[in-house]
Amino acid sequence: MKIGVPKEIYTGEKRVATTPEVIGWLQKLGYTVTVESGAGAEANFSDDAYREAGAEISNDTKALWDSADIIFKVRAPDDSEVELLHDGQTLISFIWPAQNEALMQKLSAKNVNILAMDSVPRISRAQKMDALSSMANIAGYRAIVEASHNFGRFFTGQITAAGKVPPAKVLVIGAGVAGLAAIGAANSLGAIVRSFDTRPEVKEQVESMGADFLLLEFEEDGSGEGGYAKTMSDEFIAAEMALFAEQAKDVDIIVTTALIPGKPAPKLITTEMVKSMKNGSVIVDLAAEQGGNCELTVPHELSVTDNGVTIIGYSDLPSRLPTQSSQLYATNLRHLLTDMTPEKDGQMVINMEDEAVRGATVIKAGEITWPPPAPKLSAAPVKAVAATVVEKPAPKKAGPIKQMLPIIIGALVLYGLGAVAPASFMAHFTVFVLACFVGYMVIWNVSASLHTPLMSVTNAVSSIIVIGALIQVSSSGFLLVALAAFGILITSINIVGGFAVTHRMLQMFRK
Amino acid sequence: MSEGLVTVSYIGATILFILTLGGLSNQETARRGNIYGITGMTIAIVATVFGPEVSGTLSYILIVVMMVIGGTVGLTLARKVEMTQMPELVAILHSLVGLAAVLVGYVNFMDETISFATHAEKVIHEVEIYIGILIGAITFSGSIIAFGKLSGKIGGNPLLLPARHFLNLGLLLLTIWLGTIFIHQAETGGGTFPLLVMTLLALAFGVHMVMAIGGADMPVVVSMLNSYSGWAASATGFMLSNDLLIVVGALVGSSGAILSYIMCRAMNRNFVSVIAGGFGTTSGSSSGAADEEQGEVIAIETQEVADLLTSAKEVMIIPGYGMAVAQAQHTVNEITKVLRDKKINVRFGIHPVAGRMPGHMNVLLAEAKVPYDIVFEMDEINDDFPDIDVSIIIGANDIVNPSALDDPNSPIAGMPVLECWKGDTTIVLKRGMATGYAGVQNPLFFKENTRMYFGDAKESLDAVLKAIQSE
Repeated sequence: MKIGVPKEIYTGEKRVATTPEVIGWLQKLGYTVTVESGAGAEANFSDDAYREAGAEISNDTKALWDSADIIFKVRAPDDSEVELLHDGQTLISFIWPAQNEALMQKLSAKNVNILAMDSVPRISRAQKMDALSSMANIAGYRAIVEASHNFGRFFTGQITAAGKVPPAKVLVIGAGVAGLAAIGAANSLGAIVRSFDTRPEVKEQVESMGADFLLLEFEEDGSGEGGYAKTMSDEFIAAEMALFAEQAKDVDIIVTTALIPGKPAPKLITTEMVKSMKNGSVIVDLAAEQGGNCELTVPHELSVTDNGVTIIGYSDLPSRLPTQSSQLYATNLRHLLTDMTPEKDGQMVINMEDEAVRGATVIKAGEITWPPPAPKLSAAPVKAVAATVVEKPAPKKAGPIKQMLPIIIGALVLYGLGAVAPASFMAHFTVFVLACFVGYMVIWNVSASLHTPLMSVTNAVSSIIVIGALIQVSSSGFLLVALAAFGILITSINIVGGFAVTHRMLQMFRK
Repeated sequence: MSEGLVTVSYIGATILFILTLGGLSNQETARRGNIYGITGMTIAIVATVFGPEVSGTLSYILIVVMMVIGGTVGLTLARKVEMTQMPELVAILHSLVGLAAVLVGYVNFMDETISFATHAEKVIHEVEIYIGILIGAITFSGSIIAFGKLSGKIGGNPLLLPARHFLNLGLLLLTIWLGTIFIHQAETGGGTFPLLVMTLLALAFGVHMVMAIGGADMPVVVSMLNSYSGWAASATGFMLSNDLLIVVGALVGSSGAILSYIMCRAMNRNFVSVIAGGFGTTSGSSSGAADEEQGEVIAIETQEVADLLTSAKEVMIIPGYGMAVAQAQHTVNEITKVLRDKKINVRFGIHPVAGRMPGHMNVLLAEAKVPYDIVFEMDEINDDFPDIDVSIIIGANDIVNPSALDDPNSPIAGMPVLECWKGDTTIVLKRGMATGYAGVQNPLFFKENTRMYFGDAKESLDAVLKAIQSE
């Protein structure tokens, strides 16, 4: 089948849906790829690079749409592009079906298949095709870059000849993919990073990225379905807002990433909080497109308040790192298509049994199949496990009598033995017990890496039994001598073999 | 050589043997330790041969001929053996010690020139012969079976006879009963028949004992047989009233016992339950629960593995028995070299029971010339995993199974494991989705930061090596 990659026509969109690197993979799956001339220019992928990777370059937009069986796009199609779709064609791009009902209606009027990259379910297996995570990662990173661009100071603290520079303090609200990426970026610039999330289980992830996790003295778990947060109770929100109000006075940068699926973004940073912030502070609102987490956010714009706080409401942060985001997005597409091409013969199959493909498919042959049935969740067992671990009873300590019992029995046996055994036996027995203790002391010091040589050398040493056979070989009687001689033979194998192989092994251990 | 000189030589040999074991405490002194052992053995043999108890030209000729033949065979074995086959070699060598103990015991029993001052001494001597042969026979047949299992000539699955515990108990009681008959008959010069029957029973017991033990428990079995061969030598020493044998036997016996204990502790298993055999048979109920947690695995390609490795700063390699099977240790060393040249900190994490005998992985890595100062024990590196960028699991399974810590119902619950999932990314090299020896599903494979790299370990690693070299 033929894949067509048109140039994005949305104003300011710099991304492209495939890269020269990915084209090689698509060809391995059996597809041919046509790229519209100049499609990758803004993302620094030239037509020549595509050509070199084996793609065809087309100058005619309409011809490209007409000839392709599958269209790869980044942005949802606009009206002119919907017109270009033809019967039986498949379009894979961002669609946002919940927000774009009109578009869905228009698309379903055509006999086409639509796969929405934003609807790929959040299950472990589908992570590799989760474009939302890829884009969120980039947005989080870019949020810090934008903040630093508009912030008048260093992020890192320094002691210089010209005086002391305090480090910037960054608060990241919402520790999802974007939040974690922002934490990582801010941390590596040297800032003091704090983070808050309603889901307590992300504490570990936050701390692993180098930020302090802000805790509320409040018992409520905000984990909702599919790894997203859910709406919290009023008491919780009140406590949360108090925390933000207190933090706003202290921090220099706030990055908000709080989103609840299918709802407008929660308002977390109030006008008062913004007013309480220091002059020159920056707020980056990653939820701007869904209305913003800050009351003063102007979606898609950068604005500055009266008290000198810059509020960044850009909604195109991934597009501001076009090379990176094109690359990740193209790889996400490639993974999705790999799953849909089981035979690697260039024939795409929309298998509605496949949970990932089922979730992404919003229109199949002109029929709206969105929303998909709720995916089964993989995160749930974690909690059950944690609970059971706690319940595990502490191992009972044996009572003193039970501990002493073997020693007492051992002592009694020894006394019994001493009472009847002749002196010569007891002399040997003393030697035996002492040797056991020496062995015990010596062996605990043996390095674990030398356990195999230990076994082979003890094996050789235990052939000391040859002494017995050597003495017996001088006894009278053919059978006795023959048995003893055979004993010498096999123990000699053991002695020489054991020592030689130990030597060989020890030679190999080197720094 | 007078008796006094022989005794002095024996004392010298004893000290040298203790120094041998002491020398193994680290790699630098280990080689010297082995030389002490050879010296000790030579002194002991020479002192015995020229001592008062060996006489007659025939004896000397026999001794020389037998030792030359045996020595040649031993040397050839030691030179030819592959390092991956070390467990088999050790097992078969143990069987020889057991057989020798049986032979020496029988010769001693049949030798009628030995006389005793008191009745009690004679009875004790008979008991010593009986116990010496018993331990020797168990060691012999057990080691043969262990050899068969390790070399794949006998299937690795535990053979569980019905009512096997009662069978073992019955054998034990029968052996004691035969022992009393033997001592009774031996007073009047007889006793050969009960001794022979006991030997057969002991052989059967050895076979049965090792057959019932599963493949994953083999490290315990090998070290246990190591211990038995020591006790057999010790029992022989009592029989011959020879302190050298007693001491050396006790050293070896306690060494093997400690190794068995270390192995059991590393698997969080009770020694008795290992010997009783049948791993994973009691906890069938939990496997159902474990199945539900399975998800989808994420496969990975060679180039991505190479990219992950070359962009990492801290790499941990965790080898298991699969690396030995695939003979991949040399490729692992090559990869290690390339990565270390790129200033990537590569380390190895070794679980105590990785492989089929204690220290098996260390020997394999040493053979491939991996420097031993980057090879670490589990306890040394388990806390470092959060800082590790990439962990590669090569042919290991149960030793990296998180359910040992999380799932109290798991058959391997409580076993200490290498916590590789705490690192950034874990790459698991595996042929397919089969379970490990414990038969337990491994939730590690389904973790979000785990990537499965399917294929034969050697071929996969060769491909990775090529990819990272070309970068």
